[in-house]
Amino acid sequence: MKLLKIEQIEKYYGSKSSLTKAIDDISFEVDKGEFVAIMGASGSGKTTLLNCISTIDRVTAGHIWLEDMDITKLRSKQLGKFRREKLGFIFQDFNLLDTMTAYENIALALSLQKKSPAEIDKAVRDVAEELGITEVLEKYPYQMSGGQKQRVASARAIVTDPSIVLADEPTGALDSKAAKLLLERFGYLNKEKGATIMMVTHDSFTASYASRLIFIKDGKIFSELNRGNDSRKEFFKRIIDVVTLLGGDISDAI
Amino acid sequence: MRFKLSLGNIRRSMRDYAVYFFTLIIGVSVFYVFNAIETQTAFMRVDASTHAMADLLRSMLSGVSIFVAGVLGLLIVYASRFLMKRRNKEFALYMLLGMSKWQVSSILLTETIIIGLGSLIVGMLAGVGLSQLMSVLVVSLFKADMSDFHFTVSTGAMVKTCIYFGIMYLVVMLFNSFMIGKCKLIDLINSGKRNEKLHSKNLLLCVLVFIVSAALLGTAYYLVAFRDDLLTQKKLIACIAAGAVSTYFIFWSVSGMLLRLTMSMKRFYFNGLNSFTFRQLSGKVNTMVMSMTVICLMLFLTICTLCAAFSIRNSMNETVDELCKADMQLYGMSMESTADLDAVDMCSELGFDVTSYLADGYSKAAVYEDTAFTGGTFYGEAFNDEAVGLSDYAKQVRENSSEMVMTLSDYNELAAFLGNETLELGAGEYILLCDFDGEKEIRDYTLKTYGGDITVFGKQLRSKFDHCVNGYFMMSSIHMNTGLFIVPDDVVDPNCKMMDMITGNYKGDPETVEAEIQSAWAEVTQSEDSDTAVSLSTSRDMMKQTVGLTAIVTLLGLYVGMVFLISSGAILALREMSDSVDSSTRYTMLRKLGVEEKSISKSLFGQTGVFFLLPLLLGMVHSIFGLKFGQATMRVIGLQNMGVSALITGIIILLIYGGYFLITYFCSRTIIRSNNN
Repeated sequence: MKLLKIEQIEKYYGSKSSLTKAIDDISFEVDKGEFVAIMGASGSGKTTLLNCISTIDRVTAGHIWLEDMDITKLRSKQLGKFRREKLGFIFQDFNLLDTMTAYENIALALSLQKKSPAEIDKAVRDVAEELGITEVLEKYPYQMSGGQKQRVASARAIVTDPSIVLADEPTGALDSKAAKLLLERFGYLNKEKGATIMMVTHDSFTASYASRLIFIKDGKIFSELNRGNDSRKEFFKRIIDVVTLLGGDISDAI
Repeated sequence: MRFKLSLGNIRRSMRDYAVYFFTLIIGVSVFYVFNAIETQTAFMRVDASTHAMADLLRSMLSGVSIFVAGVLGLLIVYASRFLMKRRNKEFALYMLLGMSKWQVSSILLTETIIIGLGSLIVGMLAGVGLSQLMSVLVVSLFKADMSDFHFTVSTGAMVKTCIYFGIMYLVVMLFNSFMIGKCKLIDLINSGKRNEKLHSKNLLLCVLVFIVSAALLGTAYYLVAFRDDLLTQKKLIACIAAGAVSTYFIFWSVSGMLLRLTMSMKRFYFNGLNSFTFRQLSGKVNTMVMSMTVICLMLFLTICTLCAAFSIRNSMNETVDELCKADMQLYGMSMESTADLDAVDMCSELGFDVTSYLADGYSKAAVYEDTAFTGGTFYGEAFNDEAVGLSDYAKQVRENSSEMVMTLSDYNELAAFLGNETLELGAGEYILLCDFDGEKEIRDYTLKTYGGDITVFGKQLRSKFDHCVNGYFMMSSIHMNTGLFIVPDDVVDPNCKMMDMITGNYKGDPETVEAEIQSAWAEVTQSEDSDTAVSLSTSRDMMKQTVGLTAIVTLLGLYVGMVFLISSGAILALREMSDSVDSSTRYTMLRKLGVEEKSISKSLFGQTGVFFLLPLLLGMVHSIFGLKFGQATMRVIGLQNMGVSALITGIIILLIYGGYFLITYFCSRTIIRSNNN
């Protein structure tokens, strides 16, 4: 089943005299239960793409369908509800509220949906169990390590059971060990819990955890890779091949 | 180059500076407006006695201005230091780029000068405009002639404002330079890393501290408001200190409990943005316990000052209207009781023909005394009654002073003349007339409990009522009749006259006659030898005195109250807005999570509201008891019409404090919206 359908979207910045095409006619589809990674050098338009899907930014042309709803047509009043209920976000810099404990950060996503305290408590504890953060629930962000913070942010993203989880460079601020742990959790959520995840990264290692990989260059889709039945290591080698082929900037970014 | 940098800095940090600038402008204009009153009163066409009052007002205003300048100076230093702290990173960058400390200081210096000059000019312009409004108020307060009204600019007040604010800015400059000189680069760089540690307080300790300070506050309230008779000056100071300290600890403990309390209400806490809102709030209150205390106390003083000022004004004006119904009253007094005491004769001896000024049918009345009938004999056992609780000194004063006695027909003639109610007496009865609150209470109690049977001029009398009758016989601007015994005509001994009084209205145009009688009287009093005891009081004289006094009280109250209000509003606004700058990333995140703008605004409104309301609420509670104490101590003047005064005070607070609240809310909203990405 097609969960996300992106139809010939374009995003221009600037005025007529100096036009920048951040996204130049991109189309693709994401099935339910997929783990998609989007790779590209900085300035290739990958974050813009994610922002358009997450309704943080608006497309200049084209359509984005999520569960048969054209989100480019949503009015600003409906956007909040849409983001609350359909999307889960994970950011590079965690974006946790530093005034609240991990528990409250995760609970906030649910309390915004007007869930009862009992429901909230159960959901928070379940998701914390899955992500291995039960012991830090009562801690504040400044008392946690980067990996723990990002797992708390991930918990907040999936606790509402969103249609799709959008992650923007989730391992960008983590060391390799914490990054590996987080990505393994993503894999678990994807396979065991059936979560649909779309992740933007410039890191081949991070991308190798996905089941499908889309390369973007200069606002266009450059290539696409499917993991199929390959092991993660084999998939990683194939990614390196494409990156080499892409040449230029992105080869620095392994 | 550096000038350009300074100007650019101001423009860039306009958000932070807006409130600062705004506060300076209000400060300057208020300072100018109240000091310009001096010039305005000088232009007023008023007579000598009002002029004397205006002189008094002038000297009091300049005295209070020094105090006000102190308060404003502290506020400016606080605000500029606060703004500087926010820019530590910027200074660090300058220094990293190789600027010397002196150069950084000089940038700051230029900024202060620009802001200072700007605020002085704008504030002065606003002040000149506002002072025209003020002069309307002044003229009407002094009940002076409005026809003379014209646009005034007071150069004196301008120079004074410039000097005072110049000194304040100079202090700020020195302070800033000192701070820059003192700080180390490494601290400046690190200052950007906000200390995000939340000092979570021990709940049990918070509850304990809250209970103790609430109890302390309650005791202080009780002592001040209900047992003011027990208060010595030392105890009063102790009560005030206890109030201030417990205010601090109440904020301290509330900041700890607020969050825990809401957290325990899970259904409320985990509802929408509530958890976020209360986390934000508790953080704010936590870091601001001291400022909140100061603001709370300032609001308390503001409310009390304004309320008391308006009440005094109301009741004084009302009292003088009530007690001065005739044009004049003249008293002839004698040290020894005698039969031939006549006020008219006494005047004639002095060469002052009082009757020539008066319309026919003036009233004459006499006061008698029986040396055997003193306060001691009247009060008797009541002196030592615990419930009355008289001090030794109070007993001593009353013990040997003779009570005043008047015949029923004299009193009724006077009362009829003044348009007051006349009285009736049966044989062997008397009525005690009294309107001085403090004395009336004791007299009422004595009459009720001990019956109040008296022996006067050798005759036994009993009180007609079990309480005093509210009334007076001498014109006055305040209720000060401590007691007059009205007895049947045949009771008094005509040889025991101690005072003879004439009460009358003028013949012809009252204003002209008033002027004539005053000048004639002035001549008499100049040549008068000290033995003669004739005194004259005219209602116009008393009204002018009252009007002048009430004008002074009202203006001073407004002055101090407004400055306090501005200061509290400014501190809160500065803190709240800089807080919004710090928190704007949090709001951006909330938006990404799908929180609607409406909910964010609601949360911000709630935060700002509680932040402004907390000190106001406690300040209001303080004021209720503070005013109760004021009512008791200022019994002579009387704080009447408290409702109306509270209403006016409320409106003033709503305008200024509420204005600051709205500005803060809207500016904060703009701040958190502008950081949309």
